[in-house]
Amino acid sequence: MSETVLSLDGLTVRLPKGADRPHALSDVSLSVASNEILCVVGESGSGKSMMANAIMRLLPNEVTIERGRMMFDGRDLCAADPAAMREVRGAGIAMIFQEPMTALNPLRTIGDQIGEMFAIHTKLSKAEINARVQGLLEDVRIPDPKAAAKAYPHELSGGQRQRAMIAMALALDPKLLIADEPTTALDVTTQAQILKLIRDLQQRKKTAVLFITHDFGVVAEIADRVVVMQHGAIVEQGTADAVLNDPQHAYTKQLIAAVPPLTAPPPRILSGKDILTIDGVSKTYRTGGFLGRGARITEAVKNVSLRLPRGATLGIVGESGSGKSTLARCIVRLIDPDTGSIVLNGKDWAKLNRDEIRHETRHIQMVFQDPFASLNPRRKAAELVAQGPIVHGTDRATAMAEARKLFELVGLDPSAGDRYPHEFSGGQRQRIGLARALALKPDVLVADEPVSALDVSVQAQVLKLLAGLRQQLGLSIIFITHDLRVAAQICDLVAVMKDGAVVEQGLTAEVFGKPQHPYTQALLSAIPGGDFTRKRDALIA
Amino acid sequence: MDAVKRYFRSPAAVIGLILLLLVIAMAVSAGFLYPRDPLALAGRPLVWPFSNPRFLLGTDNSGRDIAAQIFYGARISLLIGGVATMIAILIGILVGAFAGYYGGWVDNVLMRITEAFQTLPNFVLLLVLVAVFGSTLTTVTIAVGVVSWPAPARLTRAEFLSLRNREFVQAGKTLGMKDVQLILGEILPNALPPVIVYASVVMAVAILLESALAFLRLSDPNVASWGNLIGLGRDVLRVQWYVSAIPGIAILVTVLAVSLVGQGLNDALNPRLKSR
Repeated sequence: MSETVLSLDGLTVRLPKGADRPHALSDVSLSVASNEILCVVGESGSGKSMMANAIMRLLPNEVTIERGRMMFDGRDLCAADPAAMREVRGAGIAMIFQEPMTALNPLRTIGDQIGEMFAIHTKLSKAEINARVQGLLEDVRIPDPKAAAKAYPHELSGGQRQRAMIAMALALDPKLLIADEPTTALDVTTQAQILKLIRDLQQRKKTAVLFITHDFGVVAEIADRVVVMQHGAIVEQGTADAVLNDPQHAYTKQLIAAVPPLTAPPPRILSGKDILTIDGVSKTYRTGGFLGRGARITEAVKNVSLRLPRGATLGIVGESGSGKSTLARCIVRLIDPDTGSIVLNGKDWAKLNRDEIRHETRHIQMVFQDPFASLNPRRKAAELVAQGPIVHGTDRATAMAEARKLFELVGLDPSAGDRYPHEFSGGQRQRIGLARALALKPDVLVADEPVSALDVSVQAQVLKLLAGLRQQLGLSIIFITHDLRVAAQICDLVAVMKDGAVVEQGLTAEVFGKPQHPYTQALLSAIPGGDFTRKRDALIA
Repeated sequence: MDAVKRYFRSPAAVIGLILLLLVIAMAVSAGFLYPRDPLALAGRPLVWPFSNPRFLLGTDNSGRDIAAQIFYGARISLLIGGVATMIAILIGILVGAFAGYYGGWVDNVLMRITEAFQTLPNFVLLLVLVAVFGSTLTTVTIAVGVVSWPAPARLTRAEFLSLRNREFVQAGKTLGMKDVQLILGEILPNALPPVIVYASVVMAVAILLESALAFLRLSDPNVASWGNLIGLGRDVLRVQWYVSAIPGIAILVTVLAVSLVGQGLNDALNPRLKSR
């Protein structure tokens, strides 16, 4: 029988004055037993990461534990002194983070950093440490463990770095592993491998795992038990089976419903006329090298040909480095393609010069990924939206009036136009970005990962808005995403990109229903919680 | 508004502001308090401070009122400091903005020119400029500005390099903005805070440079400046040391005030750096 490893009892963490709520965590009680994975799910701001930091006693100075107990290994971590905490960290409770690149020291080798765990907590000799490090790297199935130990973090891929982090976390066989969104920054195929790895190691070592995530797909994949958090409080907990299939609390139901379905909606009738034709577009980067010697050549986009029927939505899916963002930027000419043609309304965009682009750009607009970076922080929201028309010759008063109308169109309060971007939430900012793109009344909208920085429930709202606007304004959309579930929801057509080339394209239902290319098949099978989603979709259908 | 509140929370910044306002008050009130020409002979030469109520701070070696010269000198120091700083910051922002935004050969050419200026010691370059163009107030001010721009240029360039690839700049591009609109309207307002803070350093250095010139008697001798007074006091430094010391203190206080205000601005505009 498994024993309880960590139990939180009425844990309450106070935030400094002026925060959006008085407590980061209020009255949180939960327990993790050995040999089980407890998933903590919640959207951004729900306090789930704050809980991980509270357990490790790594809270920022102004944030304090107000009351409650955290029992680990027979002692209360709330009352432990710094010296005792140092012994617990790493040896008793280990942690892996979301972004392995920033969690690793860039100036030291992987082997060195894993070995440090032994050097701090044990009295092993150097040779023994090296042997243990090798063993750990083999355990986490890093390709070529000997070379990996000598490598620096930047020489490994994202997935390999996360494997190295896991090796480091598990070095001293901790009783509890806290994983804070460990796969969020990874590609979907890598994510599937890392989830499986965590599962395997946990079962072999009988570790208790506290797994923090925002993604119900991931929960369906690995959780034994689930805790759902909202605004710093637990709203529901239970076995994975019970929570996923029979959610009780309204918020849980809402979160699960917001998980995008995998099956494409019924296909819409597409126009026979193409508004945008991309033919043989390539972009190659050359870096370094002198007089052509030792230069590194990256083929970011290789001979891509696509067509976008009027009024349709074309999804371009692929993992990071597949060239999908470069392609998007070629289409709006933020990047100049080397070869090929991009024909919009009978004009070849690839051949236009700078001045012509500035003029023609109102026909094709872009929505960016990061709602925090894509709005100039020093301009008011209405001004941001009015900028485009003003640049193209509309007078200021008219443009501002139109901006307010657009606010209404994208579901924002028109009076919010006087506020600065930082006063809006992520989803609202993305709506401002959308309004800005629509202000020029474009024919084609290029959306580069427009929802990947948003919480699932907000994601669903923005996608719904986009689908509505498409109908209302007759927009044709190119939708770039790494998330196949999102693509399935909104796209009529999809093109799958790998290493700069399109490997498969066609109607969404066909590509997702009967994938032909092995890479597409791999992508689809790697979607976390795929079985769960399919089962649910079948029930709804 | 938050920035203003943060500024007044720091005692050093408030003291700096008070000192600076005091110097400004001196400059403004010089005309009322000392209606006579400060460079006119007023009494016996080398009267010690506080020995004659008519000359509170004494007189210099040719019998001119030191207090009057200090008050009028505040005008000159602030004028040279302010105008030279504006010239330096303006050139610096222009060079830095274009180098950082366009990159490539534009950046290479502009940065090599900047480096050429940086490798020459400021003061030597200043001496050459004054030697060639003469030492009127105007030429001295422009010369001080011209030797001080490389550092603001590098700072602006660094800001532009990191900002030019931000998505909001790309968004501006896709809206069809011209390069000038992007540089001045989108990037510059975001690049400005560190440059404004650095302006205080430039101002302090500009005041010191002018004083150093005057100490070598190479500044405009027809205006009452603190540097000129120090230069005069050089001849009587061992006995009547106060002739040099009083304007020295005035310079010290002004430079200190400007630096404190600059530091306060820095903390107010970059609050995250302060809390560490």
